Amino acid sequence: MTKTVFALLKKDLLLELRQQHSFYGILLYMASTIFVLKLSINNPEGEIWNGLFWIIQLFVCVNAVAKSFLQESRGRMLYFYSIADAREFIIAKLIYNIILMLVMSLLSLALFFVLLKNPLSNTLRFTGIVCLGGVSLSLVFTLLSAIAARAQQNAALMAILGFPLIIPQLLLLIRLSRSAFGEVFREGALLQLSLLIVGLDIMVVALSIILFPFLWKD
Amino acid sequence: MRKSWWKILAVVLLIYTFTAGFLIKVPDIGNLKETIRNLFFHVPMWFGQIILLTTSLVYSILYLRKPDLKQDIYAASFAKTGILMGVLGLLTGAIWATYTWGEPWSNDPKQIGVAIALLIYFAYLVLRNAVPDIDKRAKVSAVYNIFAYFIYLPLIMILPRLVESLHPGGKGVEGNPGLNGADLDPAMRMVFWPAVIGWTLLGTWITTLNIRLYLIRDKNLINAK
Repeated sequence: MTKTVFALLKKDLLLELRQQHSFYGILLYMASTIFVLKLSINNPEGEIWNGLFWIIQLFVCVNAVAKSFLQESRGRMLYFYSIADAREFIIAKLIYNIILMLVMSLLSLALFFVLLKNPLSNTLRFTGIVCLGGVSLSLVFTLLSAIAARAQQNAALMAILGFPLIIPQLLLLIRLSRSAFGEVFREGALLQLSLLIVGLDIMVVALSIILFPFLWKD
Repeated sequence: MRKSWWKILAVVLLIYTFTAGFLIKVPDIGNLKETIRNLFFHVPMWFGQIILLTTSLVYSILYLRKPDLKQDIYAASFAKTGILMGVLGLLTGAIWATYTWGEPWSNDPKQIGVAIALLIYFAYLVLRNAVPDIDKRAKVSAVYNIFAYFIYLPLIMILPRLVESLHPGGKGVEGNPGLNGADLDPAMRMVFWPAVIGWTLLGTWITTLNIRLYLIRDKNLINAK
């Protein structure tokens, strides 16, 4: 089980390293979006900065995760079908997307600091929240990407399906990140919010593992 | 007669709702005044919506367990009526809010919740239309329906506790996703619960008509199995 997962994960990572155009493509997408933001709003206030940051995360995630299933051709899926179990396959994809999204989130955070200044009072905490957010976003969009790929549709359908579903996590994350801007929270509220996000993540993973085999079978 | 008793019950309960709902003496609370009677029309929409969407979920699970096109038609029809009740609930709520809160939309967590629910289920309909193959459509939309429901449900439990609400029984940590039944005036309770059952039955009735229509339309496909 772990061996297959590891092999599939390694294949995805190797593909990413060898076909660097897609990675750089998303990077460029991210950089140009943030640059446009800089040109349109030069020095955003904390709250706007926060909102913009998470919206950018959302769009980066849709673009980065979308290709995880859309890139696999029909023939290749058939090949995976013969060598791996559906559960192993989805777990490998989930882990791969988490890694990809973590890299993307941290890079976009760095770009935000460079281009839009740093209004944070607690940078380390915000970085932690960004990692948590990257994981949450990538988990939700992995299964949606599988659904969109199954429907033989493009990334646009994924956005339509995903945006309403991601709102709970996004609201929790935006709320949580306000603590890094110096907003004081009730005692224990921070932990409670973080646990809620982690709980939602666990549920999304469980749902993905349960539901993906149905999408896989043809 | 044996089969249609619940339709008669729905009509009777709704007639009761419309007469008693407008005639009984209601408590006079603050700026609510007579608009409090909207409780019999606005709140049951939410009960109906949740019940219908849950039924849709059950049929989606049944479909995945044992693929049968009928199950898919049931799931889609229940979801559609759920959307209808959601829209009606939003409209009745917006009218009510205009007179009590001063504006139809005030970013109340419950308003946000229902807006998200409608977006999710509209996306479900878009997804259904996007897949031409019937069996694939059934499978993919069933998966999405289940995934969406289990994300949506925590949302309406969490959101009211996160944001300040203007709705009764919903503030801060104590925020209740529904309304606190114990707060209801006894006389109003006598109309409220029959209204909930009546509206839900009406929703189910609309759904069964829809289902029958689709079953006839797709007769050849279902029998071919």
